[in-house]
Amino acid sequence: MGIATEDRALPGRRTAAPGRAGGPHRAPSSRRTLLRRAGLPYLLLLPAVLLELLVHLVPMLIGILASFKELTQFYIRNWSAAPWRGLENYRVSVDLNAPVGKDLLNSFFVTCVLSVLAVGMCWLIGTAAAIFMQEGFRGRGLLRAIFLTPYALPVYAAVITWAFMFQRDHGMVNHVIVDQLGLTDERPFWLLGDNSFIALAVVAVWKTWPFAFLIVMAALQNIPKELYEAAAIDGAGIRQQIRRITMPALYPINRVLVLVLFLWTFNDFNTPYILFGDSAPAPANLISIHIYQSSFVTWNFGTGSAMSVLLLLFLLVVTAGYLLATLRGRKTADV
Amino acid sequence: MHRMRAAAAALALGTLAATAACGGGSAGGGQASNEAPKTLTYWASNQGPDIEADKEILTPELKKFEQQTGIKVELEVVPWADLLNRILAATTSGQGPDVLNIGNTWSTSLQATGALLPWDAATFDKIGGRDRFVDSALATAGAEGQDPAAVPLYSMAYALYYHKKAFADAGIEKPPATWDELVAAGKKLSTGGKWGLGVEGSNLSNNIHQVFVLAKQHGADFFDASGKPTFTSDGAVAAVKQYIDLMATDKIVAPGNAEYAQNQSLQDFAKGNTAMILWQTAATTLTSHGMKPDEWGVAPVPVPAGTPGTGQNVNSMVAGINMAVFKNTDNLDGALQFVKFMTGDEEQKTLNKTYGSIPPVKTAQQDEAFNGPDLAVLRDTLATSAAPLPRVPEESQFETAVGTAVKELFADAAQGREITTDLVKERLTKAQQQMPTK
Repeated sequence: MGIATEDRALPGRRTAAPGRAGGPHRAPSSRRTLLRRAGLPYLLLLPAVLLELLVHLVPMLIGILASFKELTQFYIRNWSAAPWRGLENYRVSVDLNAPVGKDLLNSFFVTCVLSVLAVGMCWLIGTAAAIFMQEGFRGRGLLRAIFLTPYALPVYAAVITWAFMFQRDHGMVNHVIVDQLGLTDERPFWLLGDNSFIALAVVAVWKTWPFAFLIVMAALQNIPKELYEAAAIDGAGIRQQIRRITMPALYPINRVLVLVLFLWTFNDFNTPYILFGDSAPAPANLISIHIYQSSFVTWNFGTGSAMSVLLLLFLLVVTAGYLLATLRGRKTADV
Repeated sequence: MHRMRAAAAALALGTLAATAACGGGSAGGGQASNEAPKTLTYWASNQGPDIEADKEILTPELKKFEQQTGIKVELEVVPWADLLNRILAATTSGQGPDVLNIGNTWSTSLQATGALLPWDAATFDKIGGRDRFVDSALATAGAEGQDPAAVPLYSMAYALYYHKKAFADAGIEKPPATWDELVAAGKKLSTGGKWGLGVEGSNLSNNIHQVFVLAKQHGADFFDASGKPTFTSDGAVAAVKQYIDLMATDKIVAPGNAEYAQNQSLQDFAKGNTAMILWQTAATTLTSHGMKPDEWGVAPVPVPAGTPGTGQNVNSMVAGINMAVFKNTDNLDGALQFVKFMTGDEEQKTLNKTYGSIPPVKTAQQDEAFNGPDLAVLRDTLATSAAPLPRVPEESQFETAVGTAVKELFADAAQGREITTDLVKERLTKAQQQMPTK
């Protein structure tokens, strides 16, 4: 992140330098060249900015616009003619006494719990694996490659395999738990009822932890070996080395990693959709599925858009709060 | 100089991108025209065992059409999971096919979007008239009292498929004709790890098809005459409870069926693990799972008492595929010619034979091929005791809300929770609250 901001500052600094040397009282022509020079980077950025607007902002604005409309199947053909509903869609979404609002709140909680849990597990497993893989040993390359496979597999293929494994009667999970280990007599359901949350969490962690592993492994390469050697001479054990050297050095990476993992898990649509289909059981009804169901399955794109906007606002607040909090923490840590 | 040129190029690129993006997609209000009389785009639904099979079946027929009329048809077979989303996207953008297949239960919902060409008398005349079609099939093509938004293409109905050998082994002489008989037979058959009946508990549409018929048998409807949802009427509650009780109290359905949504119940049936299923035109799928046609029997779906008929003795929904023309097609005449071709006697016989469905066209239905023991049951059901699903614009919301309620109740039953009338009513109340208020 730091690198990116420095890069952007560079051209500005370069153009500013000759201007300062010339002094402010020079002829206006030089001011024009100054303007032109200062303007060039923006001009060069213009196509990118325009495309960015088209690709990202315009659909977002349309989504926000749609959230104020009654966009049902009666109007999707010519949606500019859809009647305005003002804040009605939002009222329905947050009305906690009605089923729509209650369900949204429920899936919001489920999503929050799942995100915290999955991010924690992903980070823990990823970091632990990366630290173990630092030591050189036979077969390390192979193991690293195996660890990365969940991340490299196409999501659909991976998750549908899990869905088969979680099947009650013929799935592998129950075969191991009930038939081979004999842990329970009853075959539990994994894709229905309360257990569906566990199934979802397992797949989410399995799918994402290799990313944490990959990033932390790359970051570990940047910590100078001398630090560990010096610490070892001073009598620090492995645990102390990890706590005093590895963790502080990983801080800037972790800061971004945790945020990215959180946003990914929070917004994940593929995993629950492939596992549970159009209607997920309540304990695993993630917010993205809930919004999909509210808009595409029931053909009410206005309410779906309103829920999406609320979600966007929430994620913006979380992200901003997180960055502010960690930034302050970092400044004091750096000094 | 260099810099200026670079800047100009950058600007040009930007404007180009902007105009290109605006140029695509005309507004949704386009009108039908005949600007492209030599080509048509056709979205077919997946009727055969897989997409490739459909392409192989349809391509020679489309070649025939091209030879007759000189119109080239671009075929795309769209999988069921995508079809509705694709149609919605095409409706929003106005960039759709000329002719398309729709699940007949979507007809009224899609009719409300105004994207499909209405079939008034003049339009019907161009394909041979409204009278060519069976009434019950035509009733699925749109809201009551309005010009249909589509015409029926393939018709299907529910029937009871049973294992002849399992029945013989258990000493059951004839297939059950009432629900009491079905439960009694199911109890005899549910022994030694085998089960009497298979259901598809997590398949929302299938849940709806079943409870719709049961509700009819209890004298109830899920919508009243003015189109308001009435999910919590005593009849509807009793119907849902009766369906769930097949697993919960009668115990003739394996608990694992609660999570079935990908036609696993058909596989179980083909393997001999369950002795009965209630399904629509299952023959093709059962054969593809390795069953021989003489291993199973087909009987009408049970009724409370007596024989299948109208009113409370309805025993199937009118299932099937309708064919629609997009209103903003740029080859209206060609599209109508194509519909005429596909609903003509010859194509109706060929395609329905291949797909194992029943022609919704009266003259084609008379063919010998639809008189075999399997298809005769389906044909008679369609003719005498099938009713269309509610013809309201909110049909798809209804399928989601009530279908999910049934799915959750099956999950409860499978996990050993007691299914009471109050619990069923509570779930249906919640489903009704999820429906859009008008």
